Amino acid sequence: MFRAPTRRTALVAAASVAAALGVAACSAPSSSSTSTSTSGGGANAASATSAQALGGMDALVAAAKKEGALNVIALPPDWANYGEAITAFGAKYGIKVTSAQPDASSADEIAAATRLKGQPTAPDVFDVSQTVADANKATFAPYQVATWSTIPADRKDSTGVWVNDYAGYMSVGYDSAKVPAPTSVADLLKPAYKGKVALNGDPTKAGAAFAGVQMVSLAEGGTAADISKGVDFFKNLKKAGNFLPVDPTPATIQSGQTPVVFDWAYNNAPISTKLTTWKTWIPDNAILAAYYVQAINKDAPHPAAARLWEEFLFSDEGQNYWLKGAAFPVRYDAMKAAGTLDATALKSLPAVTGTPVTPTDADNTTAKDYLTKNWANAVG
Amino acid sequence: MADKESGRARGGRRPSGALLGVLPFFVYVTIFLIVPTLIVVIGAFFSQGSFSMVNIKALGESAVKTALWQSVILSLVTAVLGAVIGAVLAYAVSTAREGGIVKRFVTSLCGVLAQFGGVALAFAFMATFIGSGILAGLSSESGGLWLYAWNKGLILVYLYFQIPLMLIVFLPAVEGLRPQWREATETLGGSTFTYWRKVAGPILLPSFIGALLLLFTNAFSAYATAKALISQGTPLLPLGIDGALSSEVVLGQQDVAKAMALEMMVVVAVVMTIYTILDKRASRWLVK
Repeated sequence: MFRAPTRRTALVAAASVAAALGVAACSAPSSSSTSTSTSGGGANAASATSAQALGGMDALVAAAKKEGALNVIALPPDWANYGEAITAFGAKYGIKVTSAQPDASSADEIAAATRLKGQPTAPDVFDVSQTVADANKATFAPYQVATWSTIPADRKDSTGVWVNDYAGYMSVGYDSAKVPAPTSVADLLKPAYKGKVALNGDPTKAGAAFAGVQMVSLAEGGTAADISKGVDFFKNLKKAGNFLPVDPTPATIQSGQTPVVFDWAYNNAPISTKLTTWKTWIPDNAILAAYYVQAINKDAPHPAAARLWEEFLFSDEGQNYWLKGAAFPVRYDAMKAAGTLDATALKSLPAVTGTPVTPTDADNTTAKDYLTKNWANAVG
Repeated sequence: MADKESGRARGGRRPSGALLGVLPFFVYVTIFLIVPTLIVVIGAFFSQGSFSMVNIKALGESAVKTALWQSVILSLVTAVLGAVIGAVLAYAVSTAREGGIVKRFVTSLCGVLAQFGGVALAFAFMATFIGSGILAGLSSESGGLWLYAWNKGLILVYLYFQIPLMLIVFLPAVEGLRPQWREATETLGGSTFTYWRKVAGPILLPSFIGALLLLFTNAFSAYATAKALISQGTPLLPLGIDGALSSEVVLGQQDVAKAMALEMMVVVAVVMTIYTILDKRASRWLVK
């Protein structure tokens, strides 16, 4: 996730001061010495790889309640309905959730965990892009949620180090009161969209914007790996004076500052509840899907709460919160079969016709190389 | 320490007390200047924990070279424009009545504006020129996109704090000009041009160059304002450092960020050297 960063410097400063004050001063609380109620034979939440290992779900809940706090990071409340999920989790278990740096990037999440290692304010759990997850497996603790078997095998690490949580389709959001409905991506080059088309971030920095360029590439006849056509499109968009170099947020959309926005459908679709003329459109010839990744910080200051949060997110209840936020939960198929999908929430999922393309690691690597060399020149 | 000896010899003050007085300063400088500088300089030459020139080589990428070039141009243009306009304003203000309302108003206004920057400043310009802003009509043709361009909007926005800053730092120098010098010039048959060319100009030149340097580094290191306005294409070096540190697309560039920071230090060092040479030449005749 990545929104316009705001308080990064403050964090860096705070983190370095904290580090200077002595990292060794405190360490992750260990429940083994105090876990009189757990029946897991002195099982430690920090090393538990499932609720079973801790002595069952009730023991996990008890241990988490005892910790009483959970630190999450980089979760904008309006991103895939995270705000509601966080509130519900806190209310359900009486755990105080501290949401740090909601606008930080996936890379910032890992950086914060490294800097705050051993501190009570370190993030407990991560929601990161696949790229960042793959590069940082060593910082994650393996854990398998109770619903593990219902998560498709290709959407999780076999040992439980990481697991996909929800997917999004790349979409074009537009204000139907301000611009005509686009029927193809190429339409956006027309004069009707002059100075109106924005991308959610710089694609060399933000995963969402990167996927936006990949999606345009598909629409223009390129692939997810060869994104030269996508970059060329934005170059032409800029040349036509249509490209708006503003970082869109729900605020800029509602104020009319950014009438057309490339972003994940789960960011675009919920805005229509506040701005009724806001439409989310996914081009038929360019359906790009990407999953985000859940992982637990192996140095989590609240190891039990972190695990309970994962259990919550992958329960039917948690999955339905994402669904309500127009994200595609990873247990969608299993829940559909079991009939546990929230029917009202299901309606917020944007309709797609066609086969979604999920870029592979190799695709992304090739695309990145091209992008870092050519993006600045294309839009600079 | 040599200072200790000379301190005792000259002033006869107790050295321990004097050293104690500057101790907080040295601690402060060490924590906030020396340590970070060392981290950046050393880090620039390390990659994945071992000595490597790979970060320095990355500075040769065309995107980084462009960012450096554009940063220098932006800083130079806003420094020169800011210095010239600010100097003229400072002179105008200096001729106002001492203690008068105009002078007090302008100097305190500039004191505020010189510190006006970052997101607040960027927002002020957006609110004025974009959407339903009162000057939005002026830019409706282009949709206000010029505001987000480093070589258009950003120059205007930077001037907004550069000019007042110049006025503040240059005003004392202009106020040092004595009316008697002008009278003396006229008595000796000099024209206004002669006065500026031969008397006021040379006196003001060292201060002017110093202020110019301050303005250059002020613009060169500015980050928050640019960050708030520009979100695409990384046109400036400070934005490049931000991108290298926090990109979730291209990972593992933290050390390249340090190399870019080192590059900025080198630029400032070069500018400082030029300044020292110019200052020496300009103030040759001054008794120091």
